[in-house]
Amino acid sequence: MLKKRVGIEVSLAVAEAVKQARAQVVSAYPITPQTHIVEELSTYVANGELDAEFIPVESEHSAMSAAVGAAAAGARVYTATSSQGLALMHEILFIASAQRLPIVMTVANRSLSGPISIWNDHSDIMAERDIGWVQLFVEDGQEATELTIAAFKIAEDHRVLLPVAVNMDGFILTHMIEPVIFPAQATVDKFLPPYKPALKLDPAKPVTMGPVGVPEVYLEAKKQCEQALLDSKAVVAEVLAEAGKTFERKYNLIETNGKKKAKTLFVTMGSLGESVWSAVEGLNEDGEDVGQVRIRLWRPFPVQEFKKACKGAKRLIVIDRAMSPGSVCGPVAQELKTIFYKDKDAPEIVNVIAGLGGRDVPVADFKEMYRLAKKGKLAKTYTLWGVDSNA
Amino acid sequence: MLRDITIDYEKITAKNTPKECMISSGHRACQGCGEILAMGMVTKAAGKDIIVANATGCMEIVTSPFPQTAWKLPWLHVAFENAGAVGSGIEAAIKVLHRQGKIKKKPHVICFAGDGATADIGLQSLSGAMERGHDMLYVCLDNEAYMNTGIQRSSSTPWGASTTTSPAGKQSKGQNTQKKNLPMIMAAHGIPYVATASPAFHLDLMNKVRKALAVDGPAYMHIYAPCPTGWGLAGSKSVEISRLAVNTKVFPLYEVIGGRFVISRKPAKPQPVLDYLKLQRRFRHLGEKDVAEIQLAVDGAWDYLEKLAKATAKEEK
Amino acid sequence: MAKKSLCAWQDLALGAAILAPGSAAKLKTGDWRTLIPRLDEDKCIKCGMCELYCPEFCISEGKDGFFRPNFAYCKGCGICANECPKQAIAMVMEEK
Repeated sequence: MLKKRVGIEVSLAVAEAVKQARAQVVSAYPITPQTHIVEELSTYVANGELDAEFIPVESEHSAMSAAVGAAAAGARVYTATSSQGLALMHEILFIASAQRLPIVMTVANRSLSGPISIWNDHSDIMAERDIGWVQLFVEDGQEATELTIAAFKIAEDHRVLLPVAVNMDGFILTHMIEPVIFPAQATVDKFLPPYKPALKLDPAKPVTMGPVGVPEVYLEAKKQCEQALLDSKAVVAEVLAEAGKTFERKYNLIETNGKKKAKTLFVTMGSLGESVWSAVEGLNEDGEDVGQVRIRLWRPFPVQEFKKACKGAKRLIVIDRAMSPGSVCGPVAQELKTIFYKDKDAPEIVNVIAGLGGRDVPVADFKEMYRLAKKGKLAKTYTLWGVDSNA
Repeated sequence: MLRDITIDYEKITAKNTPKECMISSGHRACQGCGEILAMGMVTKAAGKDIIVANATGCMEIVTSPFPQTAWKLPWLHVAFENAGAVGSGIEAAIKVLHRQGKIKKKPHVICFAGDGATADIGLQSLSGAMERGHDMLYVCLDNEAYMNTGIQRSSSTPWGASTTTSPAGKQSKGQNTQKKNLPMIMAAHGIPYVATASPAFHLDLMNKVRKALAVDGPAYMHIYAPCPTGWGLAGSKSVEISRLAVNTKVFPLYEVIGGRFVISRKPAKPQPVLDYLKLQRRFRHLGEKDVAEIQLAVDGAWDYLEKLAKATAKEEK
Repeated sequence: MAKKSLCAWQDLALGAAILAPGSAAKLKTGDWRTLIPRLDEDKCIKCGMCELYCPEFCISEGKDGFFRPNFAYCKGCGICANECPKQAIAMVMEEK
């Protein structure tokens, strides 16, 4: 039987996914380009299609604060934000993971001010590398839909109990109309049973959450959370595998495409990977020895899986979507240089920071990057594409 | 718009004053702390079916020193400025969980926060919570400065009070702005119940807590909380000063119910403000003229309150 | 090496929550005081105002009807003595 495929704006598909996941509290504040998600959820609640409390909070700081309160009280909680909103929540993000609360948040990646920019890059989430959350990047609408549902399952697993951020590129994914096949509600219900908190605010069993972390305990508290984040990798892999069996697509922590065991690999995260994929396909047709590695799980970083995907590669062209001013290269390149540090067969890592503030990066540009890299003409540190190049 | 709100609640009298405090002894508050006394009274009146959202501050610090907690209620501390938002989230969760049959009873939500956490950094999240109509009680425990961090001024510090960031000096009389009127700001949100209270008038305080919890929707209480450490007051005088504050009309006791102002206690023979000021080292630098100015302001504020009570009183048919 | 940790990280509750309500009672804050309240039973009218106004919540009614502090917790603040309507409580230097 042919499954029904609908053409839908991906933001709205994500909202539908949250509805199917039976979120119980949605606390959100509008910010471009996330707004369509929360508007749609608000409509679902208003029409009785989603039995949830929609809290139209007065700022993103309050959105995350209310999410923390609601999750602590035992509800399944969702929120969404971008850019300045994410930055405004910053303080509370650390607390959400420290208190082991399984909040799911969509980050519609948008450039951080200044200057103010509503367009897409990853500077918002790169400023939040250390918040202790599980962080995923999705590339297209089907993935955004399925992994939003999967995010709840990952977060609420008692081996994890951490908040999960699902990153999706603002405008270039959120506002695209893509074909999506939605699972049946019964399928989602079977995949994602109701949330069972391990600890919650309950007068029958009074607990104190968020006490003073004296020096004799702070370290151990951080270790507990760090270990949970590291342990979550196995759960993410498990849930993605189950999602693969339940839904339309198979998902790995790290994906590869293009020529197998290629000597040069593009490394991407997020929707720009699709442009790179087209470039790689074109280059392969021209006989070039190049492939692509796509990072799906960003935190905790899947070191073994990434290295396995890169086995035999001599050069990685790492596409960063954010700067790390004052450091030696972009954030993803930093991560990869670190994981290969002192490895015997470590590939050369070439870093291109591209598409800042929504600057268009056509497929042809990636082919150009490949050619320059092949000639050794890309900087040893990083290339700010569009400024340091002729693009 | 003025509304007539009937509040059904179990009245507390001298004969049936609840004794069980939901904060244990062994807490780390200073000797003679008026704030924890007031907070304890709130918990006595509120009972056990409560979830507390506590802002960062003295009360949070002294009651939750890991690995011990003084709380016998479920309690959540997140950050400094978001008690209103955290409480909103808890309230929303309780609402939906109850509606979906996941919990049998809906506990009440009480937010505790100091004046700094309420009047300054937390005003936004409080305002949002009140505007959205969450069914919860927000209690501001007002010791008139950022006490936990070492007695810095807040917008709730009264005119002429010396604090570490509004110190009295050769060119300064201490705080040079008037105390922000939080109860009035809350009343302007149109919430069903606003009240001020003082721990010296414990029955008044406890009954107001009961009323606040009984009312449907947001309720706000502003409780006078003496800080011996920060005010330069003998610890033994915390209750005395809480009484004086009311009897000098420095801290009027009133409610705003459905928009109608109701004065709880009219001091029959109001004492001069000097009686209040002279017990506290934070005011000792003030001269006669300053005291006279304060007296004028206190009398003016009281007059204004009386006018409001008259203007919003239910019309006799 | 001096023990600097309160417990092993594996033994911490989720999110470093504290699961035992009222466990602060383990700290005997009575160690803080210099003055101690002394009750004159002849003057006491058993009104209970001292219990009401004690910020340590440590005063309670005994079987004999007199209200007495739990000296394990009494910080000697003197509110009870100050508020007693019959001046039945005196704050005196504690003999240790």
